[in-house]
Amino acid sequence: MPQYAIDMKDIVKRFGEVTASDHVSFMVEKGEVHALLGENGAGKSTIMSMLSGLYKADSGTISIQGKEVRIRSPKESMELGIGMVHQNFRLVQTLTALENIILGEKGSLWRGTSWMNKKKREIENIADRFGLRFPAGVPVWQLSVGEQQRVEIVKTLYRGANIIIFDEPTSVLTPGEADQLFRTMQELKQNGKTMIITTHKLKEVMAVSDRISVMRKGKMIANLESKNTNVQELARLMVGREMSNGISIKKKQRGKPILEVEDLVVRGTHGNDALKDINFTIFEHEIIGIAGVAGNGQKELAEALTGLIPWTGGRVAFNNANLKVPTVKNLIDKGIAHIPEDRMKSGLAGSLGIVDNLLLKTYRTKSRTKYGLLQKKKNKTWAEELIKKFDVRASDLHSPVRQLSGGNQQKLLFAREVDQDPKLMIAVHPTQGLDVGATEAVHHMLVNLRGSGSGILLISEDLDEVIQLSDRILVLYSGEIIGELDRAQANKEYIGQLMAGLTGKEEAVL
Amino acid sequence: MDLFILLITAAISSGTPLLFAVLGGIISEKAGVINLGTEGIMLIGAVISCIVFIQTGNLFVTLVAAVFAAAGLGFIHAFLCISLRSNQIVSGLAITLFGTGLSAYLGKAIAGTALAVSVPKIKLPWLESVPFIGRIFSNLDLFIWVSVALAVLLYLYMYKTSLGLHLKAVGDSPSTSDVMGISVAGYRYFHVIAGSMLMGLAGFYLIMVYSPNWIEGMTAGRGWIAIALIIFARWNPLYALLCAYFFGGLDALGFRIQLFDIGIPSYFLKMLPYVSTILVLMFIGWKNRHNPPAEPTSLGIPYFREQRF
Amino acid sequence: MNQKITAGQPSVPMKKGLRRFRSLPFRIEYDPHKKSGGWWIPLLSIGAALAICALFIALNGMNPAVVYGKMLQGAFGSSFGFSETLVKAIPLLLCGLGVAIAYRISIWNIGAEGQLIAGAIGATAVTIFAPNLPGPLYIPVMMLAGAAAGAAWGLLTAIPRAFFQVNELISSLMLNYIALLLLDYFVFGPWRDPEGFNFPGTPIFTPSQMLATIGGSRLHFGLIFALIAVAVFAFLLSKTRWGYELRLLGANPSAAAYSGIKANKHILIVMMISGGLAGFAGMLEVSGTAHRLMYGISPGYGYTAIIIAWIAKLNPWAMIVSSVFIGGLIVGGYSVQTIGLPSSMSLMLQGSILFCLIGGEMLSKYRLKRVSEEGK
Repeated sequence: MPQYAIDMKDIVKRFGEVTASDHVSFMVEKGEVHALLGENGAGKSTIMSMLSGLYKADSGTISIQGKEVRIRSPKESMELGIGMVHQNFRLVQTLTALENIILGEKGSLWRGTSWMNKKKREIENIADRFGLRFPAGVPVWQLSVGEQQRVEIVKTLYRGANIIIFDEPTSVLTPGEADQLFRTMQELKQNGKTMIITTHKLKEVMAVSDRISVMRKGKMIANLESKNTNVQELARLMVGREMSNGISIKKKQRGKPILEVEDLVVRGTHGNDALKDINFTIFEHEIIGIAGVAGNGQKELAEALTGLIPWTGGRVAFNNANLKVPTVKNLIDKGIAHIPEDRMKSGLAGSLGIVDNLLLKTYRTKSRTKYGLLQKKKNKTWAEELIKKFDVRASDLHSPVRQLSGGNQQKLLFAREVDQDPKLMIAVHPTQGLDVGATEAVHHMLVNLRGSGSGILLISEDLDEVIQLSDRILVLYSGEIIGELDRAQANKEYIGQLMAGLTGKEEAVL
Repeated sequence: MDLFILLITAAISSGTPLLFAVLGGIISEKAGVINLGTEGIMLIGAVISCIVFIQTGNLFVTLVAAVFAAAGLGFIHAFLCISLRSNQIVSGLAITLFGTGLSAYLGKAIAGTALAVSVPKIKLPWLESVPFIGRIFSNLDLFIWVSVALAVLLYLYMYKTSLGLHLKAVGDSPSTSDVMGISVAGYRYFHVIAGSMLMGLAGFYLIMVYSPNWIEGMTAGRGWIAIALIIFARWNPLYALLCAYFFGGLDALGFRIQLFDIGIPSYFLKMLPYVSTILVLMFIGWKNRHNPPAEPTSLGIPYFREQRF
Repeated sequence: MNQKITAGQPSVPMKKGLRRFRSLPFRIEYDPHKKSGGWWIPLLSIGAALAICALFIALNGMNPAVVYGKMLQGAFGSSFGFSETLVKAIPLLLCGLGVAIAYRISIWNIGAEGQLIAGAIGATAVTIFAPNLPGPLYIPVMMLAGAAAGAAWGLLTAIPRAFFQVNELISSLMLNYIALLLLDYFVFGPWRDPEGFNFPGTPIFTPSQMLATIGGSRLHFGLIFALIAVAVFAFLLSKTRWGYELRLLGANPSAAAYSGIKANKHILIVMMISGGLAGFAGMLEVSGTAHRLMYGISPGYGYTAIIIAWIAKLNPWAMIVSSVFIGGLIVGGYSVQTIGLPSSMSLMLQGSILFCLIGGEMLSKYRLKRVSEEGK
């Protein structure tokens, strides 16, 4: 009988009405890389959060290294040798990498220079051993995403973790960085660490894991050896049906130019130029994908084109007319729709109901208000029609929209934006955090919009999505477009290199 | 020169209650909790000091009483904001209203009684022998030295100890601190209550040294100015020292100018600290218009652990 | 690196006491989705606050029941007392509406006191600088002047907030002290009644500068205006496009920006309205109640307004009830002076009501959760 590093039995966890974990049992052998596969919302994060002490199970038992334990806090989890590399890094952005790693360490009150230097050497030793380099002395917010992840890994190692959980570790990395992460994981395995990786990316699972557990809708449904399975089988298990082979996009003759951007310069929050001399044009019937690692100017591009921040140089023309007063209101009136990056942060008002949220862009129009008064009855029937048309499932029109599921929130957002008949749609990470069904629905909506003649600017970190949907792909790297590819040329490896800032093919030997 | 020395001395003595209150506010806000109850807590500190001193005549007992009364209010604020996760602004306002009312209620009987206090002065002959500035030092009482020492100690605590590192983490990112095994509620409770104790000390100083008889509402907005000074001092105890003396100086200046009849009604001179508070805040806002805010990242936001992502 | 763990023992032993705790059939859990409690929360909170203050009264050697009875009697027990209560409720209601509209977009205006004083000064200025207006013109002109002065005082908070990111809590409070000093300057200085035996106040207004009273009491027609203000406020917020914009701005400023709403514009407008309402209340005070501008024209109405707004959960109709209740508290506070208690009693009560209120509201979001039977 194998010795289990982790043995979770019959775990139940409910959040209100939702059962996030329904009698789940999960076992991980010592020294293996174990993948926990499942869609968003399948319950992976819930299970992992119990191991890391964030949630407490309603019932069930957990054994670590053969001993039954209760994990009541993250600290206790750490003391049991469990370290977690979170998807949203658990780093204090204002502290340095060094300070983050030693955070929570007790015992030595005075932190003079010599103590700090000692710790610095200790940490650099660990980092060197596993090839995890990062600058230790600057605030974490100045580090790249890949570097921040390395800090997270070193942090778990420094704390003596021998079980390391990676929660969706590649969702923010370039393909190159992801490969490097996998090499690090192999290195850690050589050193006897047990690892769990949660993900919904099937190819990654096959590449890195020894064994695979699959969860669906809060239940554990399969446990397999990696060598005895394949991507198709995993997909079927994960989604519960055959996954459609993506969406078919008919070739369309592109029409007139909708948006022309010339030499656009936008200043970022830290006073530097976040976008430097950007040039591109979007035509009717066209989806332009913007690929790139977050923080390379995508946010500023979307905000400038929707009027939220001003540009400091260059020219933008919409429908052949220069945009002179690019205020948000003006651009909405002209027909630019926007799916913002974080739907609950800026797309929807969580505490308001469906009607108020649908009114957000159109409340100024005659059909919604008359003489400054809201058309309450008319707006209600309009809202009812919209949520029917876009298949938004909600109990009623007035309860706060933050109670809806992520997929329904996104459909609500699309209902509002598509209902304006936009000429241009700017969609930022439109499928982030959605399950497969909702993702497909969103992709269909975007393709339909393209079919009806709109131009679409798709900004996404999901490279597969960008490649699948875009007629042309632009790669943003530190505020510049360093590559443009047609659908036919699109190639994941090449785009990955561009995303890492490598333009010349000769440099790409890495 | 005499006038100058006089002004500096006056600036220090009217800046000292501000300093105590600002230091209290800084540690509370560093932990992520705004305490708008400063004004009320100072008043309670002052009135309790007055009552206890009249009863006992013992300075030390008075000090302890004032500090513990303030800690009581601090505990209420901490409980509402940390355990119940109430709105910190409303809770702070409630503390101020309650403190103002309770202090007036308790102080009714003793209003106007002059206190015969003698606060020990620290004699430092070697400093006093320095020309000019030596004379400033000859006038400083024990609590001024305590406040300066506190500023320095708090600076070292915040920037040079493990606890200070944790404090910053708790105020900037409670969720990360929690994951790292730091007790967010523990740190917040401790610093809110300790901060309130310093505010009580501010009230104690105000009535024991600065103006030794109880008048209803005698803080006259000093608590609020202290809250503004936290921003001015950029959450740094050493800057707080300078800011408090600067504002103390303005206060003293307004008072001194009245002695010379220069044709400005005293009412307008008394506005000086209030007007300059707004102007200084406007200046800071204008100067930092392109910078991200310097305040602790999670200031004013209650922390929930069991949250669904 | 990890000897600690491989030593074989789980380093988190299960303590007996904790296991016993776990086996409780219930546990208390915060539920953010739970709606905070209904109308009974304010009532319970007020009850709890009365109980807390009873403790202080008892410590002072008085019988709380007697004191509360006296207060109730004073405020609501006679037609004189009740009309006095309503007289207090008028400025409270107006100031409460003023701060509530600002709180709805998360602007923490605590400067209603200063705005009220500014309004009182503005209205009085009309009587000083235009002594020969035709009689019927006085009241409308004074109303406009009062509201305008209050609005201007509100703008002094709004402009630093909108364009210099100055925290409005601090600036509005500083402006309270400034307004108070300004008032003192006028009533002790240039505007003092030369025949007033050094009383710090302006000369008494002429009859055409005074608001008419209702049925021989001190209750004036300002009451009607205050009630109209409530209705207008409720209508604007729930039915109009502008109300929708405020709702959105209050619920999610970032989403409001995405829909093209300019937050700064609304901050300026809302603070003008907020200050204008308080300034109007100031005009009513000088013209309807005091009949002159005088030292201490407001016994802290502007601060009490914060509690009025909060007890009513920013609902304009509920504010009618809360302002009458607190008005009664203030009048009751005066009446206990006869038995030797300071009137600041009522301020203390107000503060503790606010405590209990916000505490109670958050407590009602917690619930007992039955630990599932499957649990050990």
